[in-house]
Amino acid sequence: MNTHPAQLPVNNSYSTDNQSRSYLMLSLCYLLLGLLLGTLGAFQYLLPDLLKNKISFQQARPLHVYLVISWIFTAAQGGLYYYLPRVAGRELYWKQGITVQLLLQLCTSILIIVSFFDGQFGGREYFEFPPSLGMGIALSWLPLLINFFLTLRPDYRTAPVYIWSWGTGLVFFMITLSESYLWIFDYFNGNIVRDMTVQWKAMGSMVGSWNMLVYGTGMYVMERISGDKGPCRSKTGYFFYFLGLTNLMFNWGHHTYIIPASPWVKTVSYVISMTELLILGKIIWQWKSTLKDARKNYHHIAYRLLVFADIWIFLNLVLAILISVPALNYYTHGTHITVAHAMGTTIGINTMLLMASVFFILKTENEEGVESGRKTIHAGILISNAALAVFWGSLVASGILKISSSLNRESFSYTMTKSIPFFKLFTYSGAAITAGLLLLVFIALWLLYPEPDPLPPAD
Amino acid sequence: MTKIYIFSALLISYFAYSLAVYTRGTDETASGPLPGKTEVTLGKRLYQEKNCSSCHQLYGLGGYLGPELTTAFSDPNRGELYLRAFLQNGGPRMPKFDFTEKEINSIISYLEYIDHSAISYRKK
Ligand code: HEC
Ligand code: HEM
Repeated sequence: MNTHPAQLPVNNSYSTDNQSRSYLMLSLCYLLLGLLLGTLGAFQYLLPDLLKNKISFQQARPLHVYLVISWIFTAAQGGLYYYLPRVAGRELYWKQGITVQLLLQLCTSILIIVSFFDGQFGGREYFEFPPSLGMGIALSWLPLLINFFLTLRPDYRTAPVYIWSWGTGLVFFMITLSESYLWIFDYFNGNIVRDMTVQWKAMGSMVGSWNMLVYGTGMYVMERISGDKGPCRSKTGYFFYFLGLTNLMFNWGHHTYIIPASPWVKTVSYVISMTELLILGKIIWQWKSTLKDARKNYHHIAYRLLVFADIWIFLNLVLAILISVPALNYYTHGTHITVAHAMGTTIGINTMLLMASVFFILKTENEEGVESGRKTIHAGILISNAALAVFWGSLVASGILKISSSLNRESFSYTMTKSIPFFKLFTYSGAAITAGLLLLVFIALWLLYPEPDPLPPAD
Repeated sequence: MTKIYIFSALLISYFAYSLAVYTRGTDETASGPLPGKTEVTLGKRLYQEKNCSSCHQLYGLGGYLGPELTTAFSDPNRGELYLRAFLQNGGPRMPKFDFTEKEINSIISYLEYIDHSAISYRKK
């Protein structure tokens, strides 16, 4: 009866698995390009003339941010497509939906990349492409929404936390994406306080929505590795889910403390802020104690990635709580400390969790392949995490330097010159993160490439 | 069942809170003699279309390669002529955009408008 789930999947394949794998390959391609452009952007800090006429910083930065964000949600979506039939115990509701979505997304991405190269911008963080292309993104999410709700047909009274989490992520992505385009109406566009507040309300909650997707995946993978179905159905599990949801809805104001909206906007977000990261740390913490050694070893790669994510959760949690205190935010806002927070969480937490998901899938699908690349994979994990520690530290340090400069009323260019040692550290360690993650990307792409003869169907 | 109730209650609060933010929470703060609305709108459009925010921050939000611009207009060390010089000629790292006189005026009007709205900067 209770076969350990990690041993099941070999003879547990679904007809959409190859499509899900292609989807994951697309996500890894986003990461590959995103990392290269981030590295270029970082080098442009040091060498202003680097590729200035081909890919200037105002193209490299939005391309980088768009591509790495796409990595995050495409990897979450691809994983979801792979897990959905397994959670539901039946084939996907709309099998061709995956390919439809993949093609829609690919077309949108190509249009976005072309428009960046062509110098056409919408100029709004983090989606700095012309606003009409936002429609393409919205459309491309529809097949997953349909497939999610119609394949699972969840019974919300008993559904495990990750199903709530995934569903919430999907729905709120649509809500916040629409909200982020309210600026096209003059009612919002004509009042800078309203415009910027609503933009960061939308973006803050959108980050929450993809965290819901990623954390849902993290929880599911944990459940599969540990074989313990308890935590995802426990009172604590749901409590933390609702705390996360409350954060998604109401904590965004910490991005906009300095914007002169009504004081209660600030108060609400300050009170609610930043328990989100604590949430997963706590859950993983609980799971870890339930993991038995043998199981850990079977999925040692995914497990190690989850442990690193755990460390980053704690580090970023400390930073996040500090910069959510208005008195401190007044100084840290608008410095590289914010970038440390943004990349610390998206690389350290989201990317590590999603890599865990990718390698969990690979291990269940192609155990020999993963074993043969084991050394390289571990090297990639170590290099990227060690480099991230330096990267993160150098961003915090250059933020502190900027704060001290502005307290001394030093000029912008003087501050930038003084920061060069930290920018160097940032750039070189960033290049090392790229190198480490690319090892993982290449191995994963290699192993994901569909085999010519499909596995026999489920018995 | 409790879960469904909690979820619904949160969702309703979320929409109610959003409405409050869209209206009373974000009333216009700019006052005094403001630049013309059409100029400001054009300036804002250019600011977005040239993606100035990839290097510059307004209210601390944006990229970090260039300086923060929220109160550049009224800053005693910068001010209108200084801004104009950069918009006309670029700088060591700031690209040179081939703006017309009218476009430069409208970008400056936009920055002037933002400066007027920034009451949170003045209190400090
Ligand atoms: C590639 C990055 C980049 C882009 C894009 C960019 N700037 Fe700049 N800008 C800078 C930098 C850096 C400086 C500081 C001077 C220097 O080093 O060139 C600057 C200086 C300025 C200044 C002078 C204010 C000061 O405090 O020094 C103004 C005004 C300005 N930029 C406005 C704009 C506007 C408006 C746009 C969009 C049309 C824009 N910039 C696009 C990088 C950029
Ligand atoms: C998975 C990997 C990565 C993710 C998810 C990621 C994510 C992000 C995000 C969200 C931002 C916006 C930050 C903000 O607005 O505060 C950003 C900015 C940036 N990233 Fe990354 N990043 C990754 C890897 C890298 C690497 C490896 C490098 C360098 C080698 C890099 C260089 C940059 C640069 C230069 C910026 C612009 C900072 C600025 O405006 O000053 N990124 N990244």
